[in-house]
Amino acid sequence: MSKFWRTMLRNPGGVIGLTILLLAIAIAIFGPLLFPTSPWRMVQRPFLPPFTVPGLPLGTDALGRDVLAGIIYGARVSLLVGLVSTMAALAVGIPVGALAGYFGGKVGDALMRFTEFFQTVPSFALAIVLVAILQPSIVSIVLAIAIVSWPPVARLVRGEVLSLRTREYVQAAIVTGQSHSWIIWREILPNALSPVIVLASLMVATAILLESSLSFLGLGDPNLMSWGYMVGAGRTVIRQAWWITVFPGIAILLSVLALNLIGEGLNDAFNPRLNKEGR
Amino acid sequence: MPGKILCVVGESGSGKSMCAHALMGLLPDTIIREAGEIAYDGRNLLTLDDTGWLALRGRHIAMVFQEPMTALNPLMRVGDQIAEMFEAHNLLTPRQRKQKALQLLREVGLPEPERSARAYPHQLSGGQRQRAMIAMALALEPTVLVADEPTTALDVTTQAQILELIRDLQRRRNMAVMFITHDFGVVSDIADRVVVLQHGKVVEQGAADDVLRRPQHAYTRALLAAVPSMQPPPRAPLADRAKAVEVIGLDKTYVSGGGWFQPERRVRAANEVNFDILQGETVGLVGESGSGKSSVARLVMRLIEPDQGTVRLGDTDFTRVAGRALRKERSRIQMIFQDPFASLNPRRKVGNIIADGPIAHGTDPAVARQRAAELLGLVGLNASAMERYPHEFSGGQRQRIGIARALALEPEIIVADEAVSALDVSVQAQVLNLLEDLKTRLGLSMLFITHDLRVAAQICDRIAVMQRGAIVELKPTAALFSAPEHPYTSELLAAVPGQISSSRAA
Amino acid sequence: MLSFIAQRLAKAVVVLLAIVVFNFMLIRMAPGDPAMVMAGEAGASDQIFVTQLREKFGLDQPLPVQLYRYVKGIVTLDLGFSFRQQMPVAKLIADRLPATLLLTVTAFVISLLLGVLFGTLAARFAGTWADTAITILALIFYATPLFWVALMAILLFSVAMDWLPSFGYETVGANYTGFAHVLDVGAHLILPATTMGLFFMATYARMTRASMLEVKRHDFVKTARAKGLRDAVIQRRHVLRNALLPVVTLAGLQAGTLVGGAVLTETVFAWPGIGRLMYEALLQRDYNLLLGVFVVCSAMVLAFNLITDLIYRAVDPRIEFAS
Repeated sequence: MSKFWRTMLRNPGGVIGLTILLLAIAIAIFGPLLFPTSPWRMVQRPFLPPFTVPGLPLGTDALGRDVLAGIIYGARVSLLVGLVSTMAALAVGIPVGALAGYFGGKVGDALMRFTEFFQTVPSFALAIVLVAILQPSIVSIVLAIAIVSWPPVARLVRGEVLSLRTREYVQAAIVTGQSHSWIIWREILPNALSPVIVLASLMVATAILLESSLSFLGLGDPNLMSWGYMVGAGRTVIRQAWWITVFPGIAILLSVLALNLIGEGLNDAFNPRLNKEGR
Repeated sequence: MPGKILCVVGESGSGKSMCAHALMGLLPDTIIREAGEIAYDGRNLLTLDDTGWLALRGRHIAMVFQEPMTALNPLMRVGDQIAEMFEAHNLLTPRQRKQKALQLLREVGLPEPERSARAYPHQLSGGQRQRAMIAMALALEPTVLVADEPTTALDVTTQAQILELIRDLQRRRNMAVMFITHDFGVVSDIADRVVVLQHGKVVEQGAADDVLRRPQHAYTRALLAAVPSMQPPPRAPLADRAKAVEVIGLDKTYVSGGGWFQPERRVRAANEVNFDILQGETVGLVGESGSGKSSVARLVMRLIEPDQGTVRLGDTDFTRVAGRALRKERSRIQMIFQDPFASLNPRRKVGNIIADGPIAHGTDPAVARQRAAELLGLVGLNASAMERYPHEFSGGQRQRIGIARALALEPEIIVADEAVSALDVSVQAQVLNLLEDLKTRLGLSMLFITHDLRVAAQICDRIAVMQRGAIVELKPTAALFSAPEHPYTSELLAAVPGQISSSRAA
Repeated sequence: MLSFIAQRLAKAVVVLLAIVVFNFMLIRMAPGDPAMVMAGEAGASDQIFVTQLREKFGLDQPLPVQLYRYVKGIVTLDLGFSFRQQMPVAKLIADRLPATLLLTVTAFVISLLLGVLFGTLAARFAGTWADTAITILALIFYATPLFWVALMAILLFSVAMDWLPSFGYETVGANYTGFAHVLDVGAHLILPATTMGLFFMATYARMTRASMLEVKRHDFVKTARAKGLRDAVIQRRHVLRNALLPVVTLAGLQAGTLVGGAVLTETVFAWPGIGRLMYEALLQRDYNLLLGVFVVCSAMVLAFNLITDLIYRAVDPRIEFAS
């Protein structure tokens, strides 16, 4: 594992990504302690440009709310939704993929048809419909994102398990009389894990994008300040006050970028062969 | 040297492929050339610039690769890929190129050249693809042909045909051929001159007869000695022993496709297979790829389920047990796998890999680990290997770990599926000796699956020859080699390379 | 070939039916009585009206009968009635569909062509500054939220520079005809299509680059070099052609994302397509319309998948053999 971290830390993209992500996590955890007032509260007159009043470096929005405070509180929502919905998607996708890949046959076919169905349905449109019908709340958003993002996990895990199942060391485990659960847990899943970890880091990024897009369309949790909501609220006044939309957008961009960089770094660290440029 | 075939021989990692690629200027940029020159026609090739190489490649020096499936572009018709040879050097009109391609395909003996030219690589067989590769290499009548293990991926009968083709074309066109191989049998069939490589250094070179019959260097001698002979050693008769394994009427057909609108494809992997193994006996299962020998091994192990038929282990009907009972019975029959790099879980320590089986059968973990350490000693490894991971070992050592794992459950029967095929010849000899030795000491019975008749000759008491899922001949080894009855057996025996010289030498 | 198309069509129909059934279940997942939900949409919730609705839409019938009616309605292209807009949903969607098709197809073509071009360049000059620049730009656009890029584009090209229109499909009240009309729509199309295409362009560029570097390692490229072929020919004929296969697969898989992109882009640019319609339905809590758009989007994705399947089959001769 130490070798793995050394490869990871030699990758400049991965290091940048990790740094940004750690910073974002720190802001999400400690930020609200520094800004104890609600991000919804009016603190100054509206449309205050950035860097004009001390204490409000990013200015105020159309209702006189502090843009910086909004961004700091938004980090919580984005990271939380990204993390929890990815966990939920993994919790569905890994078992479905592992069972379909390991046992195959009719059950596997049925599970894969089910997965394909969810993969065919346009994901963002489905997320919109789900959140709209279940009423916007942090729970319905997490649920909707998890529902649209588990199929790739299931497909990936199934593919890995299918190929690992025919590996000779798995056959060796079968002939030495190991049970199915032992083979799945000890022989197959540990070896299928690295691509899943890479995918998971990219999924957190996609989940953050999805959450911000939903909030942008007005489908965010009405009680929580989020980056997408801020962009959506600022969009009608973009001609007068560019900063209201620009800063939260940069926050989304940076966190998604960080996660993508980490995903690539992980991928390179897991597959050192692909890193070398051959002719 | 014009008009001669030079064989470059060595084990894996000896740098033989590197030589071939250097001659074509195809070494990757990551490799830095330290010194030396390649002289061709009075020029030093290593001083050539890119345009110089372009003019030379294909036209003066052409190359045939090991794996014809990956060496051909899967999205291009075979005829077009040959015609491309002329296009690369701006020769002929497109029409003429097509005709030349057909002519070449005919010359290398492809059936129905017109159809083959229109085919995509995946629609041809392995041997046909390699013929197409050779046709391509010959298109511009090069003076030098570089062949990098061109027959290694092929079955033995196909290999014999391709070797014959290369020899024949070389004579007709008076080409120089540089033939890279690891197989001394092939060397003795085809070489005029031989170069032996070890760790990137030439340890010996000379005329084929001299090197093969009067090797000077110790390494060459060791390599030659490790090649198994085609003469089966005398073996003690094994009459009136009990049957360890009895296989009765095993049938397995693979069905693929068969959706709503697709026709089914059926492959018969096992067709009425019957044989038995006596206690302490080694039975060989020999055949080419696709003959069903590996399927039979897996059916016997119950890694796949038969459509019909019975496998009996002693008194037990192994095909009827299921669930917990099956897992318990499995300890009686164990398997050694082909690929030493795929048969050990990369994330488990060697000690666990060996001890896991006994622990699953209820042995106390401490006892199982103690036993694992002893087994490592038995297969010739140090007990310190327990705490290390598989990637820290060489191919031969891994295969020994695989053997220790199989022995850990104290089985009565061992099924070895191409257990030495992936190993270099010197390592192969050691592992074969170990297997033979353990078998005798522990009183095991063995089913030995191989495509290599030389290996089979050395280790088997009886040999079954398989073709298209069926056993066509089953006889004591010596009888099979001296008096084959089935035409396919004779064909297989005749195709084994290197027989002229070994009979010459004998 | 024909049997292949028939097979795929049959499969697509099955999936579409499944989506319709799924849709039916969705509306019943909504908290509260569906009739009340619909009545709420219509802005009147007195008891008589609700009862009328219940009878009119058979909501007093058992579920299987309701499902049967619902599926039958959709098969006959009846997607229900939008009380808010006082129009049949199918008519609303049909009016808006051409604009969406124009936008998505333009964005898709731009992103595929430029993405493959940049990906090829990056792979060709792997390790140089050009590769680094393309890779970094692709990474950034891959991480940028689409709605935000769209707003930034408006800020830059419309507000700051005043080069391009940022709103709607054509200039309101200008009444251009003929070629002038085409030009006018084209000018309105540039910003939405390019901003929507940026994300996909980044995706295809990354995929093409990775895939080309992968294909370059294959033996047949070595064969091509051993033939003495010029590098440009090798890149085009042997590397690029093989490298495009996974890009085609990816393009097929991304059809759904393309639809999502249309919703966001049309919302920002007030482009009168079905994405904008979906946003309007959201604002007005018009569930019939929302689900109608969802079914049509799914059908579009299925059609797109079918087309990429056919293309893949045409480019890769091995498929016939493998399937």
